[in-house]
Amino acid sequence: MATAVTPPPKAPATSETPQAPARRRRTGVAPRRLPYLLIAPAALLMLGFIAYPVLSVFYYSLQHYNPTKPWRNGFAGFDNFTRIFTDDPHFWGTLTFSLKWVAVEVTLQLLFGLALALIVNQTFVGRAVGRALVFSPWAVSGVLTSAIWVLLYNSQTGITRYLADMGLGEYGTSWLSDTSTVFSAVVVADLWRGVPFFAILILADLQSVPKDLYEAAEVDGAGRIRQFAHITLPHLKDAIILSTLLRAVWEFNNVDLLYTLTGGGPAGETTTLPLYIANTSVDAHNFGYASALTTVAFVILLFCSMVYLRLSKFGGESK
Amino acid sequence: MIAQDDTTTAPPAPATAAGADAAPPTRTPPAPRRKRRRAWDEAPRWQIYLPLGIYLLFTLIPFYWIVLFAVRPAGSTSLLPWPMTTAHFEKVWTERAFATFFQNSLLIGLATLVTTTVVALAGGYALARFDFRIKKGFMLALLCSQFVPGALLLVPLFQIFANLSMINSLGSVIIAETVFQLPLSMILISGFIKNVPYSLEEAAWVDGCSRFAAFRIVVLPLLRPGLVAVGSFAFVHSWNHFLFALMFLSSQEKQTIPVGLNTLMGADSVDLGALAAGGVIAALPVVIVFAFIQKWLVTGFSAGAVKG
Repeated sequence: MATAVTPPPKAPATSETPQAPARRRRTGVAPRRLPYLLIAPAALLMLGFIAYPVLSVFYYSLQHYNPTKPWRNGFAGFDNFTRIFTDDPHFWGTLTFSLKWVAVEVTLQLLFGLALALIVNQTFVGRAVGRALVFSPWAVSGVLTSAIWVLLYNSQTGITRYLADMGLGEYGTSWLSDTSTVFSAVVVADLWRGVPFFAILILADLQSVPKDLYEAAEVDGAGRIRQFAHITLPHLKDAIILSTLLRAVWEFNNVDLLYTLTGGGPAGETTTLPLYIANTSVDAHNFGYASALTTVAFVILLFCSMVYLRLSKFGGESK
Repeated sequence: MIAQDDTTTAPPAPATAAGADAAPPTRTPPAPRRKRRRAWDEAPRWQIYLPLGIYLLFTLIPFYWIVLFAVRPAGSTSLLPWPMTTAHFEKVWTERAFATFFQNSLLIGLATLVTTTVVALAGGYALARFDFRIKKGFMLALLCSQFVPGALLLVPLFQIFANLSMINSLGSVIIAETVFQLPLSMILISGFIKNVPYSLEEAAWVDGCSRFAAFRIVVLPLLRPGLVAVGSFAFVHSWNHFLFALMFLSSQEKQTIPVGLNTLMGADSVDLGALAAGGVIAALPVVIVFAFIQKWLVTGFSAGAVKG
């Protein structure tokens, strides 16, 4: 795979064919400069629209900055940070909810996704259609997911009404506005969309398990469960670690679904840290404080990712 | 299979069952093949169909629900989509301006697809084929950018676009979507390019191709599945993405489908029929794209994407 990463041969190397070097020079770019030229557009875009905003977040985190209260703007030192940890009624609550949300979602999505991938990796009649149908919610947006589950959870015409018709539950239950049911309700909605992500990635990786390993295991008399534990799972390890990490970061950061489905309610019950930050900066215009919160979220995210990669020994034994 | 075998060898039998019985010699060849099937990919059928069926219910009922609400008349509580009406669609498409939203979303999606693919292709080629001094650092930056939440950069991004006087222009959303798609797309594409042997390109140079011509003629056709995966990824993402459009596009004629859907949900008394119809409109293009690329998606990912 990495064999191709050799520097381009210099002109003398192919001097047996007199035409080639002359032609290549016509492109007008020395091979030495070419790679920089090629990554330039991407690098510039990322510098301008990722790196610069990140730096400005760090800068503003040390400022009092609120466009609606300009008389208070100015250098703040660590005021914003002390306020977060000592004097913010929402920070710890939203952080705890974020961690709970990420842990529950990623665990369940991984388990269901793994099971699903193993099932649709079998050969059976209708496999292509089965795969397409099972994977389809992957392509559905957070907002559309919200719209769908708003319809399903609606107290008047939602699924509860039909369940009540069949004698299950009560009429007029609204799972989204009841603090005792709202968590499971949003978890299920997000699972519906999130499981296919894992299923697709794991299925892709399953294709690359060498088939003769299973044949050898078979000869040695290993059953399907032992084949799974000793061949499939070790092979999938790196893919699982990487996809859970990416997904955890994504679930932590993504606010589409919760913003549109519950708006963080009822009573702030489903407000994640990023949602709280968005509300602080967008609705309350408190950019300085929101930037400090963002910085804290960054650090937490990076720290957790490092710990996770270290604990899981990513890329360790298999290479 | 059996019926086909019979028609070639046995004379036209009156009944199919009799025909199958009457031709035992033709059925012997497939038998050893069946024996050779390996048990590891032979789970009992019910262990496949039962969990798959249950999961399909979970997947499909929500889809059915939204289609049902979109086509049945207001006030109906029937669980079957009959009698059908297009009233909700007409209302959403014209009154709620989904026609405009649809155009905007499509424009943003296609533009993001093109810019992301082109820029990522250039960068991915550099990463796959050259060793250069800042390569390691650049790769690290790509990976780190995965941790940067776009949602948390809304305010500084807003300020940047305000300085460029690009607020309320589709360009701002296209740039923002492209930027956040780029890192992953580039990593994926460089993985695909690495899978194309360098010697193929070198052979084309020897034949007198310039580097670019060699890339276009030799490498590009081989990258097709990968590019389809990356491009559709970019399209689907930007079609679905909500926050950038919500923040950067203020006037109604510039807004996108997800923003329109959110407005429908946020209304004081939600018009469920309109919401469902809007949802179906939002889902259609993505579902169609997805149906086409679904197969390529899995092969595209397995072609060395994660392994790099």
